[in-house]
Amino acid sequence: MAIFQSKNRKNNQILPYLFTSLTWCSGALIILIFIGLIIELCWQGRQAFSVFGFEFITSTTWNPVKQQYSAGVSLIGTLLSSCIGVMLALPLSFGCAYCLSELMPRFIARYMTATIQLLAAIPSIILGMWGFFILVPLMSKYVQPFLKQVFGNVPYVEILFSGGTFGVGILTAGLILAIMITPFITAMMQESFANTPSMLKESAYSLGATKWEVMRHVTLPWVQKGVIGGIVLGWGRALGETMAVTFVIGNAHHAGWSLFTSSNTIASLIALEFSESTAGSLKMSSLMALGAVLMMISFIVLFCSQLLLKQVLKSR
Amino acid sequence: MPFVYQKNLITFSMIGLSFAFFAACLPSVKAQNITNITGVGSSFAAPLYQNWAASASKEIDIKVNYQALGSSAGKNQVIAKTVNFGALDMPTSTEQLTSANLLQFPTAIGGVAVVVNIPGIKENQVRLTGDIIANIYQGKITKWNDPKIAGLNKDIILPSIDIAPIYRADGSGTTQVFTSYLSKESADWKKNFGANTSIAWPVGMGGRGNGSVASTVKNIEGGIGYVEYAYALQNHLNTAQLKNISGSFVSINENSIKAAAKAADWVHAKNYSVDLINTKDDDSWPIVSTTYILLPVYSQDSKAVIKFFRWGFDHGDAIATQLHYVPLPIVVKEKIEKTWEYAGVASKEAKK
Repeated sequence: MAIFQSKNRKNNQILPYLFTSLTWCSGALIILIFIGLIIELCWQGRQAFSVFGFEFITSTTWNPVKQQYSAGVSLIGTLLSSCIGVMLALPLSFGCAYCLSELMPRFIARYMTATIQLLAAIPSIILGMWGFFILVPLMSKYVQPFLKQVFGNVPYVEILFSGGTFGVGILTAGLILAIMITPFITAMMQESFANTPSMLKESAYSLGATKWEVMRHVTLPWVQKGVIGGIVLGWGRALGETMAVTFVIGNAHHAGWSLFTSSNTIASLIALEFSESTAGSLKMSSLMALGAVLMMISFIVLFCSQLLLKQVLKSR
Repeated sequence: MPFVYQKNLITFSMIGLSFAFFAACLPSVKAQNITNITGVGSSFAAPLYQNWAASASKEIDIKVNYQALGSSAGKNQVIAKTVNFGALDMPTSTEQLTSANLLQFPTAIGGVAVVVNIPGIKENQVRLTGDIIANIYQGKITKWNDPKIAGLNKDIILPSIDIAPIYRADGSGTTQVFTSYLSKESADWKKNFGANTSIAWPVGMGGRGNGSVASTVKNIEGGIGYVEYAYALQNHLNTAQLKNISGSFVSINENSIKAAAKAADWVHAKNYSVDLINTKDDDSWPIVSTTYILLPVYSQDSKAVIKFFRWGFDHGDAIATQLHYVPLPIVVKEKIEKTWEYAGVASKEAKK
């Protein structure tokens, strides 16, 4: 025994040293990779940035024949489709989370939660295929003609629902994104609902408040920031989504007001054009610059979400 | 206790040793003399090379690892010498070939089909011209019952539904071929859009890859698109007839593609960069292209690559036809054999 202990003590001098240096290394590596990625993208995209300047972001032309590239259309497409996704996912996941944590019996809620978590595990390409074969025909046959009929004569709004009803487009992409990010937002919200002190709720109930009143005046103010954090996290995911969007957005370089027009997102444009870009060409450089733009947007969104989350933690 | 440990030790070491024995034995028996070659490039030709590779590995001890990453990737990587050969859907310029010391030769011929989805219209019923297609893709013709289309198709009734032009959203050799055709047919198209692997399409929507274009056309009523012939067949899409340069309407099939291949000027083409679009023959399909191989001249592995493709030319025609490619005419194959000899990449022992 004595020998064993002394051996162990000897190890103790090396192991902690090894352990700390290893963890330092992994920490530093992550930061190095992150910085390296940004530098690499900007460096590879320098040609595009220097040729087009600020117009790379504001212009909407993408013409490989004339060697004119810009991020405009895909930037709008990225922001618009992810915004639609978040807007559709928000009420859905709020209802889901509230129902699961407040209304349903515990044992059903447990299985339902697992099901929603499984939804998050569906690979995006499967959702894309489902969207392409099921959602697109549904949209073109029923949803889009219906929307056109309802809003077709409303001034100013009609422009959002004009154009051919082919099923693909920004709206369909937003729908797919909404389905993709709902589980994430739901999970965040459920967490904040669960963290609402039951004392507060019970005292409200004891004062004769209805379920609606408790939700409106007690739970909602309490979970507000958690909800915002969930939205931003979901949004961050929607921004970078590639495959599912590529299937349903129509992949066109058009910028229009209509939600039915085919458009493009940065991620899907890069995925589509990358294999046919010659190394060192302006096109390749533009794709790299697009990557840098996307990274910056995602960075801003995630940064905001971190700030919000910090506030949530502080308020508790 | 020590006994149990010992017993376990013996069992484990027995299992371990037997694995080690097999690991040492198996590959050394099988991997004799097998040359591995890698290729990257065209997705259009991928099924052909992969099927050739599967059959050839049984006969000539060459294992081909082909990855369909796209024509540009094929060119980039063969110039960077990270692969043994690159596969492209368009010819490379002579300057580029000489500066990078590359050899170019064609392997197979394929046609691009124009496919439509019009309710009530059957296979090869609708007749179109290059100019009309250019107008459709420019957004100038938007309905299927447009007088220009109806004028060509007096025997069928076209519905008054919107035309949904569908194109390849990813950069592709198919787009290059199709837009070259449109540029030849319409001066407007040439001036405004030109020909490239991807262009600034003014209207319509894009799909990723031949398969996606095919299923989008199938999905959307009123759709029109262009895909490799094999995809039109596999997806049971309705192809359209096109007016060729001799003025007759032809439908796409193996014979009309073969006619185009025969009519092309292979003898005078430098580095085999023939133009198979709008070849002058009564039966020839107007949108036809060849797919090429690029390989470095000064490389030991090129001999194995040549051996593989020689096998393909000698024994692979049946496979090619099965996959709906059109094999090269015999004259061309003979010319390629001479090119190999001239470049000094043909291995002597494989010659028959």
